[in-house]
Amino acid sequence: MKRYKHAASGILVPLAALAFWQLLSTMGWVNATILPSPMQVLTKWWAYLRPMEAFDPAQGPYLKWCLSGELIQDAMGSLYRVLVGFAIGTGLALPLGLAMGYSKVAYGLFNPLIQVLRPIPPIAYIPLSILWFGLGNPPAVFLISIGAFFPMLMNTVAGVQNVDSIYLRVGRNLGASRYTQFTRIILPAATPYIFTGARIGMGTAFIVVIVSEMIAVNNGLGYRILEAREYLWSDKIIAGMFTIGLLGLGIDTLMSRLSSRLLRWHRGLEQG
Amino acid sequence: MTMDSSTHISVRGVHKVFQSGGQDVYALKAIDLEVARGEFVCLLGPSGCGKSTLLNAVAGFSLPTSGVIDVEGTAIIAPGPDRGMVFQEYALFPWMTVEQNIAFGLQIKGDAKAAIQEKVDQLLGLLHLQDFRKRYPKDLSGGMRQRVAIARVLALDSPIMLMDEPFGALDALTRRNLQDELLRLWTELRKTILFVTHSIEEALYLADRTVVMTYRPGTIKRDLYVDLPRPRDVASPGFNALKKELSLLLMEEQNRHEQDEFRGAAVD
Repeated sequence: MKRYKHAASGILVPLAALAFWQLLSTMGWVNATILPSPMQVLTKWWAYLRPMEAFDPAQGPYLKWCLSGELIQDAMGSLYRVLVGFAIGTGLALPLGLAMGYSKVAYGLFNPLIQVLRPIPPIAYIPLSILWFGLGNPPAVFLISIGAFFPMLMNTVAGVQNVDSIYLRVGRNLGASRYTQFTRIILPAATPYIFTGARIGMGTAFIVVIVSEMIAVNNGLGYRILEAREYLWSDKIIAGMFTIGLLGLGIDTLMSRLSSRLLRWHRGLEQG
Repeated sequence: MTMDSSTHISVRGVHKVFQSGGQDVYALKAIDLEVARGEFVCLLGPSGCGKSTLLNAVAGFSLPTSGVIDVEGTAIIAPGPDRGMVFQEYALFPWMTVEQNIAFGLQIKGDAKAAIQEKVDQLLGLLHLQDFRKRYPKDLSGGMRQRVAIARVLALDSPIMLMDEPFGALDALTRRNLQDELLRLWTELRKTILFVTHSIEEALYLADRTVVMTYRPGTIKRDLYVDLPRPRDVASPGFNALKKELSLLLMEEQNRHEQDEFRGAAVD
């Protein structure tokens, strides 16, 4: 009962905003090119989503046809770049972060460079990325991996450095070798931080993919809303924006579900 | 120095010096202590008296500045599974279930899977933990957690158990319950136990021998054999006479500790 009440109150403000938006258009208070009505956006969204040609069995299976809409293709293009960039960025950050957290020597060697590079926003790498990788997926993936790299790195370092020393004492008391200490104590103890880093990294990757698509490629959700601007299709811009928002929300929900499933032993920041 | 063949742990001339505000602080000063095989010894004193420092030195976590600590005639240079330790904060691995926590030490030792399972089952039974084997520590009460911590140490089959105020954070009933449980295990398994506490009653209830320590420098103020039959009655005249005697000794140290704090000197 309480849950329904909660859900009902949660939908109140969005509904009011939608109603107000519709009112603005219906009353003709704003130019439809500046701000199209919700209905107009919805119609465009559907057109954007649905396959552009009629189903023809000769062209391939039904499922393929279903996914042939522009929106699905754009979303898959963006998702592909996000996943590849995320995998490269976090894949490099994880081992480096573990080494820097575990070894003072590694930390001393790498930290100065990291601190200099970290405040540079991934977007500032755009010119270099094009110079180095040309156009297409490579520069986009490069920018995304930079975006995912630093949150993952910083959190992994913090995770390893913040392992409660009592666990290491227990490990030594039980006779654990350095290798066992690392794999069975330090690594699991650091996972809550590492997961947080991955989640933030994914969020950054998602921001960067949109920007990178505006400069380097000719498909993807970021490219599409910029293209729509050229034609003053504000309804398509808004449809594209909501698609980006929903996709981002979906990924983040997935990540947080996954992490609470894998970290069911964890009780947050309280002392275990 | 001669050594009795029944001596299990031997502490000889141990000093432990810390630097505090540019001054040497003697956490331990000239400690001599012999613990016999199978003996239950409590280290008693106010906080800052060095009792935990001494325990950590025997565990091998923090070696003495000078002096020697032997176990069965071999000098201690590092922590090891022959001296299992139970910590006040339980220190269970939160990412491992009860079962996995208990099995961890055996896995490190490299025991066979079947042997580990058998041993874990036996310990779960011994400590009445069968129904909790798949639980994570966060879902256990303090008393249950400490049972798991004890089981984890017992799994090592170490002849010595070191316990650092293990029941300090528990409520009175749970505490008494676990004290009885510990006495039962000790009688059954005949371990040598070195047990740190600041509770006089706990020391008198458990120990063969209670060693009272002084506040800075940490020395041995009194080495008292508790000659009361078990199970001990905390309301008996004999128990209360000893309690009174130890209270007076402890009060002196507590006062020195407080004066020291009022002077704004370094604490603990």
